[in-house]
Amino acid sequence: MIEIQNVHKSFGHLEVLKGIDLTVEKGEVVTVIGGSGSGKSTLLTCINGLEPIDSGKILVDGVEVHAKSTNLNKLRQKIGIVFQQWNAFPHLTVLENVTLAPRKVLGMGKAEAEAIAEKQLKHVGLGDKLSTYPSRLSGGQQQRMAIARALAMSPDYMLFDEVTSALDPQLVGEVLETLKMLAEEGMTMICVTHEMAFARDVSNRVAYFHKGIMAEIGAPEQLFGDPQHPETKKFLASVR
Amino acid sequence: MFDTALTTADLIFLAKGAGMTILVTAISVAIGTALGIAFGVIRVQFGAALTAPLTFVLDIFRSVPLLIQLVLANAFLGMVLKLQLSGFFVACMVLSLYTSAYCAEIVRGGIDAVPATTRRAARSLGMSWGQDMRYIVMPLATRVALPSWIGLALGVMKDSALVYVVQVTELLKSTQILITRLQEPLFLLMIGGAFYFLISFPLARFGGYLEKRWSND
Repeated sequence: MIEIQNVHKSFGHLEVLKGIDLTVEKGEVVTVIGGSGSGKSTLLTCINGLEPIDSGKILVDGVEVHAKSTNLNKLRQKIGIVFQQWNAFPHLTVLENVTLAPRKVLGMGKAEAEAIAEKQLKHVGLGDKLSTYPSRLSGGQQQRMAIARALAMSPDYMLFDEVTSALDPQLVGEVLETLKMLAEEGMTMICVTHEMAFARDVSNRVAYFHKGIMAEIGAPEQLFGDPQHPETKKFLASVR
Repeated sequence: MFDTALTTADLIFLAKGAGMTILVTAISVAIGTALGIAFGVIRVQFGAALTAPLTFVLDIFRSVPLLIQLVLANAFLGMVLKLQLSGFFVACMVLSLYTSAYCAEIVRGGIDAVPATTRRAARSLGMSWGQDMRYIVMPLATRVALPSWIGLALGVMKDSALVYVVQVTELLKSTQILITRLQEPLFLLMIGGAFYFLISFPLARFGGYLEKRWSND
């Protein structure tokens, strides 16, 4: 379970998170929508401790992420994150990209790590690209590789930060299909996205962020069908 | 074709000088690179403000001519500190620091060239700072820095000609000794130059080979 309690976060004078409260249960898929600068991506990087927070608390399975005593390297093993820019390791092959963390962080043997990596890469449809370098892959393929790389650590949670935003339109579908598949398999996911159809189809709940505040959260039918907050109405009208 | 007084023994004498050039260069580049990596990482990690004193010292090594550094270091260590050090030791020490000052800049540039987002991805997989450095940053930074580093190593090899001022008989000094004796300056300088070329060429080619090998990534 991920518990976000009254989290505040500023970059200099700009307060990007103004007291966020959100609890995500095991097996739940929560998508976060909202305009740019609404703080939704920042929230994800706070959840796995890549960004510090100013006040409030984030608990993952009861462990406080930003407590001094927390071993973040350990905690991050169970929180996978995939970014807008897929961030392939360009000097490693696809297979090596995926096996690196299991081998070095989890201390897995080469054969075991490769077996897991192959399985995950097949899962995302890259089973035939194992020895290819990332520069030879399309953006969509690199993004799916990044997903496999995160999954190879067997995380309990997956965070997706606008993973289709940097892709050519014709490549968006293949990545969203991968996310859908994960959701159907019961992965606990928080997805920041601009893909409204995707949010509607796969989420248990959709949250709308506006200027650092979670203006509204609810089931997708409710949020898209009958938005309560005036800002949600405005936003949904503008993206339709 | 033409007459020369150069004997096989003279050529062996030159080869010994070349050996000294290689030795001084190899030691200085090895130590200088190790120090340079450390200095470069420290500069990136701790930021410009905290590392200003280090940067200042390195700037001195980069801006004062090597010849002056060698003479002053030799005089300071021998006359002020009264240390009984060989010219060879002083030469390697000064040249190592000189190399490290340039290398630190190259390393810093290489590390800066690794996108922050790539490092963030590494950390998000649970890698520690050290693992990120070792498996992601250093391999990528090396690819960026290699051409400059090869240039530095070749430069240090040629600059090592100056260590004759601390009584180290390397390749150029050996050539000069022969010139004084045989009075065939142009011919001997050509031979000396050829020796320098033979030393440089493999290193330059090796660099080219690595670049080519990495280019398919």
